[in-house]
Amino acid sequence: MSDHLMSIASKIKERFPEAVTDIREFRGEVTVVVERQAIVEVATFCRDDDDLRFNLLSSLSGVDYWPEEPRFAVNYVLYSLDHNHTIRLKTYAPGNDAVVPSVTGVWKGANWPEREVWDMFGVKFEGHPDLRRILLPYDWTGHPLRKDYPLGHEEVQFSFNYERVQSRKPHPKE
Amino acid sequence: MTLSSKDLIQASPIESDQETLEIALEQLRGRVSDRAFTGETMLLNMGPQHPSTHGVLRLLLELDGETIVNCLPDIGYLHTGIEKSMEAQRYEQALVMTDRMDYLNNLGNNLAYCLAVEKLCELDVPPRAQYIRVIMAELQRIASHLVWLGTHVLDLGATSLLLYAFREREHILDMFEMVSGQRMMGNYIRPGGIWRDLTDDFIPALRRFLDYMPGKIDDYERLLNENPFFIDRTKGIGVIPPEVAIDWSLTGPALRGSGVNFDIRKAIPYSSYDHFEFDVPLGTNGDVYDRYRVRIEEMRQSLRIIHQALDNLPGGPFRSTNRKFVPPPRSELGHSMEAVIHHFKLWTEGFKAPKGEVYVRVESPRGELGVYLVGDGGPRPYRIHFRTPSFMNLQSLGVVAQGHMVADLVAIIGSVDIVLGDCDR
Repeated sequence: MSDHLMSIASKIKERFPEAVTDIREFRGEVTVVVERQAIVEVATFCRDDDDLRFNLLSSLSGVDYWPEEPRFAVNYVLYSLDHNHTIRLKTYAPGNDAVVPSVTGVWKGANWPEREVWDMFGVKFEGHPDLRRILLPYDWTGHPLRKDYPLGHEEVQFSFNYERVQSRKPHPKE
Repeated sequence: MTLSSKDLIQASPIESDQETLEIALEQLRGRVSDRAFTGETMLLNMGPQHPSTHGVLRLLLELDGETIVNCLPDIGYLHTGIEKSMEAQRYEQALVMTDRMDYLNNLGNNLAYCLAVEKLCELDVPPRAQYIRVIMAELQRIASHLVWLGTHVLDLGATSLLLYAFREREHILDMFEMVSGQRMMGNYIRPGGIWRDLTDDFIPALRRFLDYMPGKIDDYERLLNENPFFIDRTKGIGVIPPEVAIDWSLTGPALRGSGVNFDIRKAIPYSSYDHFEFDVPLGTNGDVYDRYRVRIEEMRQSLRIIHQALDNLPGGPFRSTNRKFVPPPRSELGHSMEAVIHHFKLWTEGFKAPKGEVYVRVESPRGELGVYLVGDGGPRPYRIHFRTPSFMNLQSLGVVAQGHMVADLVAIIGSVDIVLGDCDR
């Protein structure tokens, strides 16, 4: 299976020699690292080529490698219903310019996952039709799944410290 | 106009009501039709506290009379930041949070997470544990489908079926309690196998259930299949053509209802699903009725899998003996120094997973449940992302609902079978 996936990866590499910067294999899964400017072209090729036919976008997720640079990565897990094979595309974006072209034009199902990545990591998707926060309230500040965003906790309120905790609690804006 | 400025998306704090209304409307430009601005169509909030949205789903509807022009789903009311919290926990501790995501598929979530950890660590799972996992996952699927059936037809007006479905589900929850001590948040499947072996009373109870359940599924079908009220509410409603379903990344019964043959248990078998014979039920029209038929048939197939797994249940250990990842049994601690060391290491710092990333998918009752796990060589997941079926299936709701009546929207939401805990995580 892995040889088959590697042949797919090399086919993508042949078609886009400059855009594909790396091919990785780990535990039988093949990851093709793509320059972010070319992600839409590569995605369209993956969907339309007869040997590839990756017609189902399984998953789209972000990773934050802070403090390394390029800081953000976006993963596209693709699946082909016709050929029953799966591959992962990966693209990187630096922290000072966290913008990746949107693949909503290739698979409509990328709409909400891209909004989720924007919400959680602050990676902008260029060309997304409706890039808003999705899981968090619209007036939330920050992007919680970034590694430099602290994991908060709620102080337990007892009768002896009720007032003190209450005064520090964040409340939604009026 | 039934429009409250505070309820609209991204409303800004402004004093005058009229001004607020105009600004809020302006922010919806492009998402609702232009007729909403002239007051020709009505904007109406449905949810988040609405019984037929199956949780805390909020829909902003643009209505022309009773016909839906646009439907904008708004989620996140149940967001608990599970992915962030898991990054701060060790692999074994993070497991308990997976139960809380999809609260109708607790053991299925355990299974997906454990498969990801096992793949990352190259941890072996004994055959007995794999079979028991299959039994649990299929029982969970039946339990989830029973809740779906009861609540879905309750939305359509069939009150009594809810009671029947929950009566049968109670048998399954009792069995979960026998093995794991908990009815719902079982936390029974662990990395490397399962928590403990099947208890003595479990197998007789499961045999009784296997004899009892098929007749009950027949009863449901007798009540619904040719029921004119049910057919009126479901046939031809919420049709999702196969190419639309694929484009919107639908999976599970919602995709199979449209006739696309994609079941992860068949396509990419995990946990020895390839040892069992079962069929993948498919719909033809992709409407609410077909999705109902697919799920009903899936319950029968699940029973078939459980039968085979129970008849061929292998002996042997129920959890891996790789002591770098799996704690030794309590009985060994008294006489083995090595067991004490492993126990101490595992309970103080946990096991370390190698650097790398894996993606594992399982077939949850709602569709593809994917776990993307990044390890950094430490004892905690560096990043974990759940590709949850409810989240992905719900995004097409706005497209599917267009042109339907409000009452049909309730049927469509029910037929896609969403769990908001799964959706918001």
